[in-house]
Amino acid sequence: MNTRQQSKVIYSWYGKPLSSDRKLRTSQYKGFLITSERSRTETCIQLGNFILVEGENADQPFVAQLLDLYEDGGQQKHAVVQWFSHITEIPPNKRKLLKREVSPQEVFFDQVPGYDTDIAVETIIKSVMVIPLHLGEELPITSNKEQSFYVKQSWDGKCFKALSPDTFSKLKEANKKGGGISNTSNSFIPLDIISPLKKERESVVRSATKPKNVEMEIESKHSASKSSLAKERHSQRVANGMRTPTARKKLQLNSPTRSSKGKLLGCEVLELLDDDCDAITTLKPSATKRKVKFTGILGSPPKMPCANVKSKSMFDTAEYWQTFSDTIRLSPYSKVKDSSEKAKNLNREYDITCSIGHQELGSQSPVLTPRSRRICAQKTSTLIAEQISILNTLELNQEDDFPSSSDSSYSSSSEEEDNGVLCTPEKKTKSSRMLSTPKSSRKSSVHTPAKTLKKTPLPGTPKTPRNATPEIPRRNHEAQKPASILEEARLRLHVSAIPECLPCREEEFQDIYNFVESKLIDGTGGCMYISGVPGTGKTATVHEVIHCLQQAAENDDLPSFQFVEINGMKLTDPHQAYVQILELLTGQKVTATHAAVLLAKLFNTPGPKRKTTVLVVDELDLLWTRKQNVMYNLFDWPTQKHSKLIILAIANTMDLPERIMMNRVASRLGLTRMSFQPYTYKQLQQIISSRLNSMKAFEEDAIQLVSRKVAALSGDARRCLDICRRATEICEFASQKGSPEIVRMAHVTEAIDEMFSSPYINAIRNASLHEQIFLKAILAEFRRAGVEEATVQQVSLWFRVPFF
Amino acid sequence: MSKRKTKESSGANGECISQVQKILRERFCHDCSTGKLFGIEHQYRHLLELLKRTTVHGESNSALIIGPRGSGKTALLNHVLKELTEMKQVRENLLEVHLNGLLQTNDKVALKEITRQLHLENVVGDKVFGSFAENLAFLLEALRKGDRTSSCPVLFILDEFDLFVHHKNQTLLYNLFDISQSAQTPVTVIGLTCRQDILELLEKRVKSRFSHRQIYLTNSFDFKQYIRIFKEQLSLPAGFPDDSFAQKWNKNVQHLSEDKTVQDMLQNLFHHTKDLRSLHLLLMLAVSNVNVHHPLITASDVQEASKQSRMDSKANIVHGLSVLEICLIIAMKHLNDVYEGEPFNFQMVYNEFQKFIQRKAHCMYNFEKPVVMKAFEHLLQLELVRPIERPSVRAQREYLLMKLLLDNNQIMDALQAYPNCPTDVKQWAASSLSWL
Repeated sequence: MNTRQQSKVIYSWYGKPLSSDRKLRTSQYKGFLITSERSRTETCIQLGNFILVEGENADQPFVAQLLDLYEDGGQQKHAVVQWFSHITEIPPNKRKLLKREVSPQEVFFDQVPGYDTDIAVETIIKSVMVIPLHLGEELPITSNKEQSFYVKQSWDGKCFKALSPDTFSKLKEANKKGGGISNTSNSFIPLDIISPLKKERESVVRSATKPKNVEMEIESKHSASKSSLAKERHSQRVANGMRTPTARKKLQLNSPTRSSKGKLLGCEVLELLDDDCDAITTLKPSATKRKVKFTGILGSPPKMPCANVKSKSMFDTAEYWQTFSDTIRLSPYSKVKDSSEKAKNLNREYDITCSIGHQELGSQSPVLTPRSRRICAQKTSTLIAEQISILNTLELNQEDDFPSSSDSSYSSSSEEEDNGVLCTPEKKTKSSRMLSTPKSSRKSSVHTPAKTLKKTPLPGTPKTPRNATPEIPRRNHEAQKPASILEEARLRLHVSAIPECLPCREEEFQDIYNFVESKLIDGTGGCMYISGVPGTGKTATVHEVIHCLQQAAENDDLPSFQFVEINGMKLTDPHQAYVQILELLTGQKVTATHAAVLLAKLFNTPGPKRKTTVLVVDELDLLWTRKQNVMYNLFDWPTQKHSKLIILAIANTMDLPERIMMNRVASRLGLTRMSFQPYTYKQLQQIISSRLNSMKAFEEDAIQLVSRKVAALSGDARRCLDICRRATEICEFASQKGSPEIVRMAHVTEAIDEMFSSPYINAIRNASLHEQIFLKAILAEFRRAGVEEATVQQVSLWFRVPFF
Repeated sequence: MSKRKTKESSGANGECISQVQKILRERFCHDCSTGKLFGIEHQYRHLLELLKRTTVHGESNSALIIGPRGSGKTALLNHVLKELTEMKQVRENLLEVHLNGLLQTNDKVALKEITRQLHLENVVGDKVFGSFAENLAFLLEALRKGDRTSSCPVLFILDEFDLFVHHKNQTLLYNLFDISQSAQTPVTVIGLTCRQDILELLEKRVKSRFSHRQIYLTNSFDFKQYIRIFKEQLSLPAGFPDDSFAQKWNKNVQHLSEDKTVQDMLQNLFHHTKDLRSLHLLLMLAVSNVNVHHPLITASDVQEASKQSRMDSKANIVHGLSVLEICLIIAMKHLNDVYEGEPFNFQMVYNEFQKFIQRKAHCMYNFEKPVVMKAFEHLLQLELVRPIERPSVRAQREYLLMKLLLDNNQIMDALQAYPNCPTDVKQWAASSLSWL
C-alpha cells in the first residue's frame, strides 16, 4: 500500500476532446493514457475497452467496460462505465440461483440499479479482455488466464438472465476492437515502440551485469504488488504477458501483518540453512534448487506446514526459473510456458497429494487444513529444527519419493525441471551468485509465499497466526438442560437470552427503522444520535432494527448494505476506531493513522459500486479526544456526497453533543436525535411477562413489585431481570425440601433487599467495639468543631471522655 | 536408668511438639484452604450454587464478595473452588483465570495475563504478542465465538477488585461484565474487595451490566463464638499421631478457654478487632513459646503474646533514649501544649530546655548547643520528630519547622517506665509550670 503511494502514475487524456458541452462545461474524450513514472511506460485505454477498477479491497478489482470519458469543470477526469460483477460480489444467498459452478474467470453483465456508474479515472488500473460466451459454452482454456474474463449471463440484482443478443454482439464487437487496440496500444505513441525494445535490451544487459536488479524485477513480478504495477506491466510486455493481475493480491499480506517473531525466526533458520546448503552445493547441483525453495518457505511467516516444503518448492523453483529465463532471455520457448501453465493448474492437486505422501514419510507432518496450519505455525520453530535434522534423509529419499507420491503430475514437473536444467549456464552462475548473497535470496523468499498462498483454496483473507480466530475450548460435558420450571424461567430471564421481540420499544424501533430505510433507499448518508440511561434497550433496539433491515435486504425489499459496529468501550484508544471500521469493512489490518487515510479515501471519493454502510457507534462519548478528530471524521463522512454512510451513534447523555463536542462536530452530527426514556413499571412488567412467555413461575403481584421497585429507582431493565433471576434462586433454595413452587412476594422482597439494601448499617453493626466507639468519637468531634474534618489525635481525645 | 527414661519420653515429646508446631503454624499462616469457615455457611452455599450453575448450565453471572480485611473472602472462595474441583463434571468443564489488582496494574497487563492463562492462540511459550488493541480485539473475538451450550465456561476471579476500578475507562470490567450479560461464552466474574462503597466506584454503564449480586462477609460472631473459634483453632485434629498427647493438649486448650485471664485478654482483643488474622497472630506467638520443656500453652504464654502484639513501638523507642533526648521531647511537649500543636523549630526547643536547666541546674549538666543539636538530630533519625517542609539549602537547620509525632500520653507512659529518670525531669514533664 505504501509503495503504491511512492510510484506515481499519471493519467492524461489521449487526443483532443471529441465534443464539449458549454453549459455543463464538460468535454469528452475518446481515450486516456496511463503513464507510470517509475518505469516510464504508457498505456492507452480507449472507449469500449474493458478495464479493471480499484475496489474497496486491493484484492478484488472490479471489472467494467469504458463507455464514456469526460472532464468536468473542476478539471476532474470522469469515466462512465458498464459494470461486470464477480461472483464474490453477488450476495451469497443469491448465488444458489445460478445452479452451476462458476469459474473465477467468469463475470456477470451487471444490470443492478443503484450502482454509481460514474467513476474517477484515477481508479482505473489497466485494461483486460472480457469475452462473451453462450450459456452452454465451456470456458476456453487460454494461456493468459487472469488477463481475460468471460461473460455468459447478466445479473440484475434479483436473478440471472442469459445475455440478450444485442448486448452479446456489442460486447463481442467491443472486444474485437478493444483487444486489437490493447494489443497494439504501443503503436499510438512512436516513442513507446522504441522504448520497449530498448528496454528489452537494457534488461538483458542489466540482468547480465546487475543480478540484483533483475531479481528485484522478478520479485516485483512474484509479489506482483499493485504498487509495482506499471513495472509489472512492463515486464509483462517483455515476457509476453505471462504474469497475471490476480497475483498482485497478497503483498499487504506479507508486509504489514507478519509478526516480528516470524521474521526473525525465518532469518535465523535461513542462515542456518544457508550454511547447510552451501555445504551441500558443492556436492550436489540439485541442492541449490532446494535452497531456493527452503528459504522461500521458511523465510515466510509460518503459514505453511513445513511438511510439504519439498513438494511445493519443486514448483516454486520451477516457476522461479521459468520467470528467470523469461525475463533474462526473452526465450520464446512456447513449450516451456505451456508446461508451466499446466503445472500451475495441477499445483493444487499436487500439493495435496504431496502432503499426503509426505505424511506417510514424515510422521509428524500435519494434514493441510486451516486449523492444523495454525497449530503448525505455532510449532514452526520446533518443526524447523526437525526439518533440518531430517534434511539429510529427505535428500536421500528424494528421488524415490517423488514418483511414488505423485505419479500423475510428476511428468509435467519433470519436464519443467528438464527445461530448467536446459536453461543456459548463464542462469546457473546467477543462481550461484544469488546463493552467495543471502540478502537477495531472502528478499525473494519473502515474496514467494504470496504465490503459494494464491494456490491454496482458502477463501477470503489468508490467516496468519496473528489474525487467527481464536476460540475458547469446547466443554467436555454437555450443558445440562433446565430441569425444573424455575430453571427454565431463570434461563429466559437472563439478560443474554434473546427475546423473540422487543416489547415497549415499538415506537423507537419504528423511528430508527424508518430513518435507516429511507437513507438506504435514497442511497445517501446521515447520522442519528440515540441517547438514554443504561439498560433502556438502546443497543438491543438498534440491533433489532439492523436484523430486520438485513432480512428485508435478503428478500430484495431493500438495497443490500454493509453493517459495521464499533463500541467505544471495546477500544483501547479512540483512534483504534478507524482500525476496527476498516478491518470490518475490508478485512485489512493497518495502523490507526493509515486506516484513517484509507477510510477517508473510501468515503470521500466517488466509490464505484459501493454498497451503503450502516455504522453503529456504541458508547460514543469514549471516542472523545482533545482535538475531537475521531468524532469529527465519523460525522463528516456521511455528509460527503458519495459516502453512502449511515451512522447510528449511541451514548448515555442526552446533551452529549452540546456538552463535549465542538461546534463543528455537533453541527455535523445533525439534529436527528432520539432519546430512550427509562422504562415505566408497566413496561418492565410487560418485559418480564413477555420473557416468561406465559410460564407459570412468578406470581403476578411479585412481578409487579419488582417492576415498581426498579422503575422507581432507575428503570434499568437489566436490574429488573437480575432481581427476578435472584428471586428464582431464593425460591428454589427455600423449596428444596418441599414441592416446587412459584416465586412469591417474599422471595422477591428478599432479592430486592439483598441487592438494594445499603451495606453500611450491617457493616457498622458488626464492627468491633473499638471501631464503633471510634466512629462515635468522630461524630462527637464533628459536632464539637462544627467542621467535618478532624485529625486522629483530636478524635482520640474523646476516648478519654467517659460516656461522651 | 531413670535419666534415660526421661530422655526417651522427652524425645517422643519433641516429636510431638514439632508436629504440633507444624500443624498449628500451617493453620495460622495458610488460612485459606485448610482452615475452617466460621459463620458464613449461607454465603458459602450461595457462591457454590452460583458457580455450579455456571459450570453445569453454562449460565453467565457476576458477583462481588465484599468484606473487611481478614473476614475470609479468599478463604470462602478457595473452599468453594475446592469443593467444585472435587466434582468431576465441574473439574473438566471450568477454565479459571485469576487476576489480582495489585499485580495487574493496568488493563494491558491484565489482558496479557488472561490470554496467557486461557492458553489462547497467540501465546507462544507463555509470552503474548501483539499490541494492546490487538490483544483486546483478540480476546473479545475469542469470547464472542463461544455460546452457552458448547463453550467451556470461564471463571474470572478478580482479587482486590477495587483496584481494577481505577483502570482507564474501566475497559476490562466493562468488557467482562458485558460478556457476562450477552449470549457469548459463559463467563462468571467474581470480584473480591474490602470496600463497602465499591458499587459507587463503578461507572454507570459498568454498574448497569453488573448483576448486583453481592455477598457480604461481616465478622458477625459474638464473643462466645469467638471463644469457640479460639478453641477450635488451637486444638489438635483427630488424626494426630500421638493420641495421648493430643488429648492432653486439647484438654489444656479447654482449660485455657475457661481461664479468666485468657478470657479477659481475648475479650480485649475481640473488642479491638474481630479480624481473625489478629487472633492467628496472637496464637502464633503463643505457640512459638512451646518447646520440650514447656509442652503446653499456659495462660501466661497467651498474656505475654498479647502484650507483645499490642506493644507500642514508639513508646519502646522512647525507653532507649538518653536523658538529654528525653528532656528535649518534654520540651517539645510543652511547646505543643503552649502553642496548641503549632510546629516548632530547634531554637525554640533549645530555649525551652535552657529555661529548665537554669531552674534546676544542680541536677543536669549544662550541655552545649552542638551537643543538644546532635541529640535533636538523633530524634529526627528515629522519626519521633518530623520536618514539615523539606530541608532546603537556604534554611538553617535550627529554624526548620518540626512536628512531634508522639502523643502526650505516650510520653507520660514512657517516662513512668523509664529507668533511673531524674525526679526533676519527671516533675518538669508533669507540669510545664513547676519551675516557676
